[in-house]
Amino acid sequence: MHKDKTKIDHNNVVIKIRGLEKAFEDYAVLRGIDLDLYQGENLVVLGRSGSGKSVLIKLISGLLKPDSGSIEVLGQDLSKITDKELQLLRTRIGFSFQSSALYDSMTVRKNLEFPLVRNKRNLTRQEIDTAVETVLEAVGLSQTINQMPAELSGGQRKRIGIARTLILNPEIMLYDEPTAGLDPITCIEINALIDQVQHRYNTSSIIITHDLTCAKTTGDRISMLMDGKFQRTGTFDEVFKTGDKRIKPFFDYNFIE
Amino acid sequence: MDAVNDKLSQHKGRHKGSVKARLAAFFSNLYKIHLFIIRFFKAAFLPPYEFKEIVRQCYETGVRSLPLITITGFIVGFIFTKQARPSLASFGANSWLPSLVSIAIMRALAPLVTALIASGKVGSSIGAELGSMRVTEQIDAMEVSGTNPFKYLVCTRVLATTIVIPILATYAAYIGLIGGYLNVSVNEGTSYTAFIEQFFSPLVFLDFTSSIIKSIVFGFTIGIVGCYQGYYASSGTEGVGKAANGAVVTAMFLVFIEEIIIVQITGNFR
Repeated sequence: MHKDKTKIDHNNVVIKIRGLEKAFEDYAVLRGIDLDLYQGENLVVLGRSGSGKSVLIKLISGLLKPDSGSIEVLGQDLSKITDKELQLLRTRIGFSFQSSALYDSMTVRKNLEFPLVRNKRNLTRQEIDTAVETVLEAVGLSQTINQMPAELSGGQRKRIGIARTLILNPEIMLYDEPTAGLDPITCIEINALIDQVQHRYNTSSIIITHDLTCAKTTGDRISMLMDGKFQRTGTFDEVFKTGDKRIKPFFDYNFIE
Repeated sequence: MDAVNDKLSQHKGRHKGSVKARLAAFFSNLYKIHLFIIRFFKAAFLPPYEFKEIVRQCYETGVRSLPLITITGFIVGFIFTKQARPSLASFGANSWLPSLVSIAIMRALAPLVTALIASGKVGSSIGAELGSMRVTEQIDAMEVSGTNPFKYLVCTRVLATTIVIPILATYAAYIGLIGGYLNVSVNEGTSYTAFIEQFFSPLVFLDFTSSIIKSIVFGFTIGIVGCYQGYYASSGTEGVGKAANGAVVTAMFLVFIEEIIIVQITGNFR
């Protein structure tokens, strides 16, 4: 599958990270990360479990604070903005959680409405309903609108999780292990959905995964995170055809074609 | 992230047995609670206000505790009256029974029993609910979608318990009164009017205010402890259990400590 890269604007950096370090007690997870995400680009971050991939996107969304280094998102330096500005900035970033993180006590409709009614308080009932129906249709799950999260399959939960982030029309999407724990067919559907979101909503995305099929299908560029640093960045072929012994086992295990 | 936490907990596991580490954890926890309370006061009284959610939480806390409070309040009033009778009878002072019941219920039993019931029912429910939301990343999801989860989840619940527990305690006192009346009515044949008159005659304004103030303090404690335990839950499903358990045990312990302190303070005004 060849991705259309014409929409990537290399002059417009939406996420800029320099010298990012993060440790938990004395366990250093990230040891000097530099990253640029361009407008319209899907960047896949690959790495082993515990390599700090999820920590990286939690730092980008401001859920964690870095020990050192700088993170600029949509031109705003996270270390210099107020809580209120961060809250506003977050409405421009979509975060799809590994566990989907749907609110258990709410129906699908309430889950989708929640970010909307919290952030745009002057919307009419009809506008809210239209927005909910539009994102549900975008993820192909209109029939689930009155169901509870517990009644949904893993794949449906992921889709609803993505729909919930789309309802605020984000400019950046952060996907944490979007295909983890799903069957191969559902993985293909989720990968297609990520591509569809990129084109329909013109988002720039960071996709955290260790699924190479997902990486190859959705990524315009791939960065390999190992030992707290990006060891290699480039297209899928550039990263995996170098013969790097640290990266090769990944490819061998996730053999694609 | 889970894998990072696993590595971190392995690292912590090597040191957590030492007395020094336990002491450090205790004081660190104390400091975090202190910050949590300060954060509550900063967030609760600044706009935007979550009136709708506060009302919903008041309903959850109050209405759902009502059956248990009704049964417990009635039993406390009934049993206390029954147990107190022989002691008074030995002095021929059966007629003082309503006065004794009123002092016991208004000054101590109603607020204390309500707080203990609420610690078990409401405190554990808050701890488990927020703990579950924390470990399934629902709190993080709320935060990244531009909602302040502390304000929406914590402030509303703490305010709800602070408002509702005094109301429940007042209700429990009334139900306890009915329990006491039924016992006295059956055994001594006292009329309802006479019972009510004797029930309220020994009570002074301080008894009502101290009971209400005590319940407000208990309600705040139950809410803040439950929220603290749930909000900082970790270690997956085990963490949810710990949060619920911690919420009940800590809240009950603090309620007793506060009872002693408030009784000492109000005693100086009598």
